[in-house]
Amino acid sequence: MQQTAIPKKVKYDSEYGSTDLLNPGHVGCPGCGAVLAMKFALHALGPDTMLVIPACCWAVIAGPHPQTSLNIPVLHTAFETAGAAASGLRAALDMKGDTKTTVVAWAGDGGTFDIGFQALSGAAERNEDFIYVCYDNEAYMNTGNQRSSSTPYRTRTTTTPGSGKVQRKKNIVEALAAHRIPYAATASISHPEDLIRKFKKAKDMKGGTRFIHIFATCPTGWRCPSEMSVEVARLAVKTNFFPLYEVEKGVKYIINAEGELPVEEYLMTQGRFKHLGDTEIQRVQAMVDDDFAFLKKKTLL
Amino acid sequence: MKKVIEGSHGVSEAVRLANVKVMSAYPITPQTHIVEALSEYCEEGLMDAKFINVESEHSAMAAVIGASSGGVRTFTATSSHGLALMHELLHWASGARLPIVMAEVNRALGPGWNIWMDQTDSLAQRDTGWIQLYCEDGQEVLDTTLMAFRLAETVNLPVMVVLDAFFLSHTFEVIDVPDQETVNEFLPEFKPSVCLDQDNPFAMGQMAPPPFYMEMRHNIQQAMMSVHDAYEKIEDEFDNIFGNRYGKLDAMLCEDADVVLVMAGTAASTARTVVSALRKKGVKAGLVKIRMFRPFPVAEMREALKNARMVAVVDRNCSFGVGGIFAQEIRAALSGTESRQKVAGFITGLGGRDVTPEILEEIYEAAQKMEDAPDEAIWVGLNN
Repeated sequence: MQQTAIPKKVKYDSEYGSTDLLNPGHVGCPGCGAVLAMKFALHALGPDTMLVIPACCWAVIAGPHPQTSLNIPVLHTAFETAGAAASGLRAALDMKGDTKTTVVAWAGDGGTFDIGFQALSGAAERNEDFIYVCYDNEAYMNTGNQRSSSTPYRTRTTTTPGSGKVQRKKNIVEALAAHRIPYAATASISHPEDLIRKFKKAKDMKGGTRFIHIFATCPTGWRCPSEMSVEVARLAVKTNFFPLYEVEKGVKYIINAEGELPVEEYLMTQGRFKHLGDTEIQRVQAMVDDDFAFLKKKTLL
Repeated sequence: MKKVIEGSHGVSEAVRLANVKVMSAYPITPQTHIVEALSEYCEEGLMDAKFINVESEHSAMAAVIGASSGGVRTFTATSSHGLALMHELLHWASGARLPIVMAEVNRALGPGWNIWMDQTDSLAQRDTGWIQLYCEDGQEVLDTTLMAFRLAETVNLPVMVVLDAFFLSHTFEVIDVPDQETVNEFLPEFKPSVCLDQDNPFAMGQMAPPPFYMEMRHNIQQAMMSVHDAYEKIEDEFDNIFGNRYGKLDAMLCEDADVVLVMAGTAASTARTVVSALRKKGVKAGLVKIRMFRPFPVAEMREALKNARMVAVVDRNCSFGVGGIFAQEIRAALSGTESRQKVAGFITGLGGRDVTPEILEEIYEAAQKMEDAPDEAIWVGLNN
């Protein structure tokens, strides 16, 4: 039987939060955005949390048997099952009368946008009572940087070599909003206050599916210096490449930040976009502008 | 209380009486009657449980894996393509040592689409670490489902209760449905040996590198082999309380038999009448009904077949390139014995084709005439 005992119950300060829920010595790459995302999320959620982690970078970062880098209960599940396994866990806790624990599914973009989308859509349609988090590093990073449906237009990955991915990035928040779930939001590791606020808000909105899409830099896959991880994420927000916004009940759109910088400033920080010429950069700029204009229109609905 | 109900509802009644807390399933014929009844029990307040209507069988198994990890008694049901879709998570359930119980209605796999009786779906899952129990009639379905929960929770492995499509799932029979109090005596409240716990946080199902993985698999094998003793004890207790016992297999008139027919499921009922009729004619026929398939009851099978001149295995399934799956398993079981009975494989009754008394007589006669068992399975009842 696989289990790893934790020697002590950690202390958690609800006002200032605590990083004790995530131990040092985890096996994330230097500068890993997914680790920062977890740190901030647990800061907001506190110890009464159970995590459901499908195959993704975090299935490794959480630690191999008999170690664990997390001081909360973790259920590891198969790649495409986070939505369904979290539904089952929530049902079990409900039947046991445990309404205090927040169930959080914690998946990468592959497990959310691609292989896990069916189970997630099923859970969202049933409006299951949990928070689903997608930490998005825009490709299958755990297996060595293969493209996913979250990979942006013209990104170079190991399976989209040459001029990069032909298709645009899937808009996952729009897809989840279409399920009319109580809450969907984007967040970034570069904006921790905003991220923590959104997690606290999501936690308090018990009773339905809450979806948080976190932009999580992957210096290893994106080919940028690890110390640039947060800066790269900040530029994604400042260029509207990854806008920060919330959607309540699937219809009420709120934009949290509006960028003004040209997208080129973001693209040029990373090796995965280095092959782009002026024409392609302008095409990306036009796509980002169109997307942001459309997002703004939705706030007027 | 005796009721006239379908085999499917024999499962549903057992699940209700077992006080299952979380169920999840996806519709597939001929499994649906089981979960329709369970949904009604929840709606009517006859069960204090949550039924999760998921969007696929894969998610159904994932949901009960999540719920079982949360520490409650769980159940799901499926058939055919649904079971095939679950395949990955069947491994996950046993690997995580979760005592999930599943009813599996034996149905053919497409193409062509076929909703009728066939054993290939469940037998193809033989290496997934699930205990497999095959049923012959409605009472056995109800009783086996109740025993399945005890067994699963004793050895920490999932159990598949297998019943024939339509011949059993949709056939009305008199089934004695026990009262709640008596069932509680046999099956107490579920106490998980391990589950996710806020006061003692740990990781379940995490990465297991080479220094650990092999021991985990060895543990599963040991747990599976411990089923033999555990099952006997549980069945003794069941017999004491309910007065029914089924064994790992059911041997009929094997002591002096010339040819012993071997099969699982409802065809065994037909075979009983055939064997009885042959005996009346002075023909030394015998019958073994396979009930437990995983773990395979090697000792019991050897004992039952030790005097047979020829073993005729009737498979309603096929592993293409080899033949019937039950025949393979029985050959393997007998290979370690001195007498090493000859095993002739017969394939019939696929995709819902009836296994009539005439078909079984034909198989018996063919086996009776054989000096040696052929290497290849003989297909019986094919259209010209």
